[in-house]
Amino acid sequence: MTDPWWWPYVMIVFAGWIATDMWRWLGVFAGGKLREDGELLIWVRSVATALVAGVIAKLILFPTGALEVTPVWLRMLAAVFGFSAFLAARQRVIVGVLAGEVVLISGWMLLGL
Amino acid sequence: MPQDHLNDTAPADETAVPGRIWMARGAKSAISIPALILTAAFVGYAGLARGSGLSLGETLLMTGLVWALPSIVVLTGAISSGLGIVPAAIAVALASVRLMPMTMAMMPLVKVEGKTKRWQLLYISHFIAVTGWVYAMRNLPNMPREGRLPFFAGFGTALTSFVFCMTGIAYLLVERMPTVLAGALFLLTPIYFVCSLWSASRISADKAAMIIGLILGPFFYLYAPGLDLLWTGLVGGTLAYLVTRYMRRGLL
Repeated sequence: MTDPWWWPYVMIVFAGWIATDMWRWLGVFAGGKLREDGELLIWVRSVATALVAGVIAKLILFPTGALEVTPVWLRMLAAVFGFSAFLAARQRVIVGVLAGEVVLISGWMLLGL
Repeated sequence: MPQDHLNDTAPADETAVPGRIWMARGAKSAISIPALILTAAFVGYAGLARGSGLSLGETLLMTGLVWALPSIVVLTGAISSGLGIVPAAIAVALASVRLMPMTMAMMPLVKVEGKTKRWQLLYISHFIAVTGWVYAMRNLPNMPREGRLPFFAGFGTALTSFVFCMTGIAYLLVERMPTVLAGALFLLTPIYFVCSLWSASRISADKAAMIIGLILGPFFYLYAPGLDLLWTGLVGGTLAYLVTRYMRRGLL
């Protein structure tokens, strides 16, 4: 049995839109009751930051798609070099991104992948 | 009196600027380096979507409705591997949990007591994803309170519309792209996230949470796949909070 053509759209609305936006809506209803500098909010921000950092580490260590052919050390080197350049350049994001990309593309060319 | 007149002009003028001007300023600020990097990341995603067999319509609907790249990537994997709707929803919900604390953290910044309407907050909440959130946490505190919500509404609407169009164009062009370029686009997202997250962190707890999350993310991915993001956030965030709280105030 094959799914009808509209089935992916139902999945996107339910498993995509609702599953994502419900957290934002819950955040709106819960957020008004928190003080900007309260201890609870510091904890909530820590949890959110750690989650996003987890996503970042996964994207570098376990990528999908075109990056899969590159060795893990090259991706880590590019990320570490990019972040160091970002810190050295007084926290300018664009410097970090460009530095990381230069390392990745140079390594890619040198390895002849 | 001349003195009063002086006080009325300079900083007081900024609070009297009407909402639609703030909205236009927000839309204008969306033309920025973070926006260009995010666009590039979505261009990279368009390649992934096409490679996974998604149609142009599905790719665009997902971009506009979900608007959080990690969740979009999870849902793409779920659809292309034929996962059922309920397990797919659970996977996406787990990948999106972080949006709730992010939204909670931003609400006190944009809310004007007794003036801001609930629907306005619900509308802008849709644009909360890493890029917009980082930008907001970094820049909104420097603006007068009344201007923050319309500014972010303009910023989010403009950014989402632009990225939406570019994702569609990229989907149509991606087959002609060399692999090196596609790979470089993929790596752009994590490097950008590392740098911008660091510059958005105001206190030591945020920085500690980022470092611990970077280490715990892969660890939980290997030892508790599926729920790994949730564990990374809860364990890493709590650890970062407790350690920095101890450093700030001692044991109690």
